[in-house]
Amino acid sequence: MTQVNRLTGGQIDRDTTLKFYFDGRSFTAHPGDTLASALLANNVRLIGRSFKYHRPRGLLTAGSEEPNGMVELRAGARKEPNTRATTIEMYDGLIANSQNRWPSLRFDALAVNDLFSNFLSAGFYYKTFMWPAAFWEKLYEPIIRRAAGLGSLSMQADPDEYDKGFRHCDLLIIGAGPAGLMAALTAGRAGADVILADEDFTLGGRLNSETFSVGDHSAPDWTAQTVAELLAMPNVRLMPRTTVIGAFDHGIYGAVERTGDHLPSLPAGKPRQILWRIYTQKALLCAGATERPIAFENNDRPGIMTASALRTYANRFAVTASPRVAIFTSNDDGHRTADDLHAKGVKIAAVVDVREDAPLSYDYEVLKGAQVINTRGRLGLSFVEVALPDGSTRTLDCGALGVSGGWNPNVHLTCHQRGRPVWNEALAAFVPGENLPVGMSVAGSANGVMSTHGALRSGAEAAAAALDLTTQPDLPEAEDAPMALKPFWYVQGCKRAWVDQQNDVTVKDVKLSYQEGFRSVEHLKRYTTLGMATDQGKTSNITGLAIMAEVAGKSIPETGTTIFRPPYTPVPIGAFAGRMTGKDFHPTRLTPSHHWAKERGAVFVEAGNWLRAQWFPLPGETHWRDSVDREVRQTRASVGVCDCTTLGKIDVQGTDAAEFLNRVYANGFAKLAVGKTRYGLMLREDGMVMDDGTAARLAEDHFVVTTTTANAVSVYRHMEFVRQCLFPDMDVQLISTTDGWAQYAVAGPNSRKLLQKIVDPEFDISNEAFPFMACGKITVCGGLRARLFRISFSGELAFEIAVPSRYGDALMRRLMTEGKEFDVTPYGTEALSVMRIEKGHPVGNELNGTTTALNLGLGKMVSKKKDSVGSVLSEREALTAPDVLKLVGLKPVNPEEKITAGGHLMNIDGPVDATHDQGYVTSAAYSPNLNSHIGLGLLKRGDARMGEKMRLVSPLTELNVEVEIVSAHFVDPEGERLRA
Amino acid sequence: MIINHPLLGPRDASEFTYLGDASLIDRPDGTAENAADAFYDYAYLRDNPAGEHRELWYHEAGDRSWLVVTRNTLTHEISKVELARDVARTRGRSK
Amino acid sequence: MHDLVALTALGGTTPRVDTVGPVTCSEVPDVALASVTARLGHEAATQDELARLIGTATPTAQRFAGDPVTAFWSGPDQWMIEAPIATHEDLAAHVKTAVGTVASVTEQTDAWARFDLRGDGVNAVLELLCQLDLRQFQSGHVARGAVHHIGCFILCRSADHVSLYGPRSSAGSLHHAVLAAMRSAH
Repeated sequence: MTQVNRLTGGQIDRDTTLKFYFDGRSFTAHPGDTLASALLANNVRLIGRSFKYHRPRGLLTAGSEEPNGMVELRAGARKEPNTRATTIEMYDGLIANSQNRWPSLRFDALAVNDLFSNFLSAGFYYKTFMWPAAFWEKLYEPIIRRAAGLGSLSMQADPDEYDKGFRHCDLLIIGAGPAGLMAALTAGRAGADVILADEDFTLGGRLNSETFSVGDHSAPDWTAQTVAELLAMPNVRLMPRTTVIGAFDHGIYGAVERTGDHLPSLPAGKPRQILWRIYTQKALLCAGATERPIAFENNDRPGIMTASALRTYANRFAVTASPRVAIFTSNDDGHRTADDLHAKGVKIAAVVDVREDAPLSYDYEVLKGAQVINTRGRLGLSFVEVALPDGSTRTLDCGALGVSGGWNPNVHLTCHQRGRPVWNEALAAFVPGENLPVGMSVAGSANGVMSTHGALRSGAEAAAAALDLTTQPDLPEAEDAPMALKPFWYVQGCKRAWVDQQNDVTVKDVKLSYQEGFRSVEHLKRYTTLGMATDQGKTSNITGLAIMAEVAGKSIPETGTTIFRPPYTPVPIGAFAGRMTGKDFHPTRLTPSHHWAKERGAVFVEAGNWLRAQWFPLPGETHWRDSVDREVRQTRASVGVCDCTTLGKIDVQGTDAAEFLNRVYANGFAKLAVGKTRYGLMLREDGMVMDDGTAARLAEDHFVVTTTTANAVSVYRHMEFVRQCLFPDMDVQLISTTDGWAQYAVAGPNSRKLLQKIVDPEFDISNEAFPFMACGKITVCGGLRARLFRISFSGELAFEIAVPSRYGDALMRRLMTEGKEFDVTPYGTEALSVMRIEKGHPVGNELNGTTTALNLGLGKMVSKKKDSVGSVLSEREALTAPDVLKLVGLKPVNPEEKITAGGHLMNIDGPVDATHDQGYVTSAAYSPNLNSHIGLGLLKRGDARMGEKMRLVSPLTELNVEVEIVSAHFVDPEGERLRA
Repeated sequence: MIINHPLLGPRDASEFTYLGDASLIDRPDGTAENAADAFYDYAYLRDNPAGEHRELWYHEAGDRSWLVVTRNTLTHEISKVELARDVARTRGRSK
Repeated sequence: MHDLVALTALGGTTPRVDTVGPVTCSEVPDVALASVTARLGHEAATQDELARLIGTATPTAQRFAGDPVTAFWSGPDQWMIEAPIATHEDLAAHVKTAVGTVASVTEQTDAWARFDLRGDGVNAVLELLCQLDLRQFQSGHVARGAVHHIGCFILCRSADHVSLYGPRSSAGSLHHAVLAAMRSAH
């Protein structure tokens, strides 16, 4: 049995046969098929089980609005649940599986839910919270968790790549049906820069589903000819397989292009999908309309579909859902389906039309003023029961039923900026309102223009209006039938009649919602979950609203409307992430010595975007402390080298450069001599410390300022703010040079001796010629220009030397070679941290956004002689009160005990609770020089409490250590070493 | 969002960093008698208009200009974009 | 002469070259850079001096001009000067001599890593990397913007030749992003 339901014609390539698998069974299909059309061709109507009641379900539609026909596509890590079979383009070897069933699709154990449907009606989830509390955890939650959801995840990382991209155009046309194609022709021939996007893999929209003619051609032929003309225009870009998912501010649209979903496997380096951001001058929404079903008893059996879907399957895909089909309609469009199917040789059991004045046909029976009141068939439709106007009933024998309740314009994107659609009485549907996103207009059936000729005309006119064109192409002749329809939403008396098939919401649920007081549209949605599934209620929202209006005795516009949010159809998370996954989540910055450090086996740590060497293990060192303790000891005993390139470097020049620094730093810079460096403290305007660093005066009008690694970007931004917004007439120029210079700290008593081997002899760097805080331009290694700063973070005699970054690697290697005689060691950020804690230098842990200069023991640095950023508010009463926190050093009474950052300080005999909190630990380390753990902390009146014993606690970790308050300067408190 | 940079034309808002109310340009004189009160107002008090709002944006990924953007907080419509340096000068700031 | 060996931004001793389909990405290390910013009140004088330096009118916003010494606009009253490193190793000193006291000059040679993209289909690569309106990005244009979240200068030398300048420390990430876009687009 292969493709028994295949008809003649259609847009499929019969010369090629593709193999695919559904639930393990193999079938055949042709290029041009979707999974849905291929399944129908092979007489597979049952595709899945419903969300709540596990009822057998098949396809409802032939497009992206599909609520029901969802499968797990592909296998292994690439498995994607809840994929609409109607949008899956067939490829050879396709694997799909039904979902939400166990043990099998045909026999599903949880179908028992259907028998208990009374307990699972609207709001059941909320009601489970109301009965005995113990029931929730023990009974309801486990059951609901097990039963919830449709498909299952692969539980593996997504192996595919996704791209993001950016495009610009004069006119974005969304949807390539008759309106969109005609708009593209109009704009394209006028030379405008056009993007035409359509979610389908074949452009043409409904034209591919119809048999009528456009001009002298069949609809598909006219489409093919038009697409060919557009393809030849260099100013028109066609984007098939591209769903415009959202309309954002200022003419920006999001679009997902499925570049790889139709391929059996992705070529290396190719993305599965591209998330485009499209910048538009104007946008024209030609998204078409969606046929809505009518609700009646047991209207969810496989084989019951929208009438237009049956027509699409027959005309475009050459497939019928069954050899015997009935139609249930409230309008003339349902008859068109019957005509087309009949012409293809499908037997029409009858057309059931709710209208007394329905048109008759010579080809099939029309039951006027009749309604479908029930259906039968265990795993698919077998019989339809019809009530005739005389009160009698009749049973129709058919395997498929096409239902047509009219068409809803696809207004979704018009709502993305909170635009509200308005009710159109003639169409019995919502059409776009006035308040569209800026630059958007709407044409074709999306705008309520339902005939083909009308769509062509409105597409051309809207494109011309959007672009201020004076000419339009001649319009081809096409059908221009009016929409003849009787508003008809559901069959009276029905109960288990499905409105939202994806979330299993029935007519009865909508009525229950009303009864229980959830009457506004927003409440209705949330109480019943109507329209809240992945299809956003494309086939159900308006019907649900109409039922609510009827039970409330109000009109539909009085009852309200729902608006839609992006995305139009579901988007894989991977498309939003693009290439920002794993280690590519953010750019990585490497220091100039990175490759050398890697060769040395350094362990790296992320510091912002930078990778920095944390320590350099030597053979035999088994614990990180072994390495760090050694690096600290070696540096303090002789000499160590650390890459400090990551510190922000800002070049400050201009005749007002010194005065500018006077304004941004709390301490004074006007009198700093050329050739000298000064520590600078930068405050926020609220008086808190923002950052610290050094400023080296290379010339009267030239400084080089350093920032902390973490704040390099924000400090530069702040300095530009001060320059441009506060003091616009200062002659000062700023530019970042962070990446331009490889900068290394050379620290330790032998640092000068080591540098003397490298610095060219004409530069005297003796203590007399180049004292503490000196700076200057020098040359090294026989003529390479460099900068030397005599500054110290470690507390040792130390220098920082900078060379152009491309020589950073070579300089580091040279320092290591020349330093052998001094037993030089490279040191990483961990040793750097130990030494700065030993020296009591605050860093980010202390400059945490809540600390003032006074807290850090730097209160005297805030000059009162000048107006600098933050100086005024740093004087506030509460910030200068006698008991403010002060930076102190901490030592455990028992040196074996650890100090832990984050722990809080309590009086030794006092209560241990938050109200008696005395302060907290900001930094901690093991000091190999003091052979003790040490820490820095902020303590109330800390400067007056030297020698006091306190309790360091953390109730969370049961930390309880007795500590002594000491000076924060553990090593060389007088600063003799750094001046040596 | 798109910000129409006075020198560079329309640029995506993702290239910019937002600071806040453009009144931050009007920094009080720190040496004045009432400096403490004036700075309290300056640092902490803001209008929160439903409608036109003048605000500071920084072209971080671009030319490093600070801009004053007039944006309607209800519609996101941007009606005016100026170089903050020019605005500062017209508001009497100098050096 | 000193005897230190320079590394390229990607850490090699020779520039990296990668070709995917019609597009080639080359690391260009042999270029010197210096930034020039006009001093307050000397904006016109700076433009005059720059014009003399590059032998043509100083480029306006979002433009570049001059050969072999090129100036490209980088911000209000600010330009980046580029020149071959072989002839202008200490470009900043050279430029400072030229502009004297009317402008501030900062060495930028090693602050930026340059990658040149050449070939038909460069735009197909760029549109996956940055938000530029490529319709307006013609020969002589320079843009400053994010390339895959990295702040860059992008210069359109000709229809099939684009230069990217990214921060040297991010060269590896930038190169990785460019190659990924090349493989995706071609």
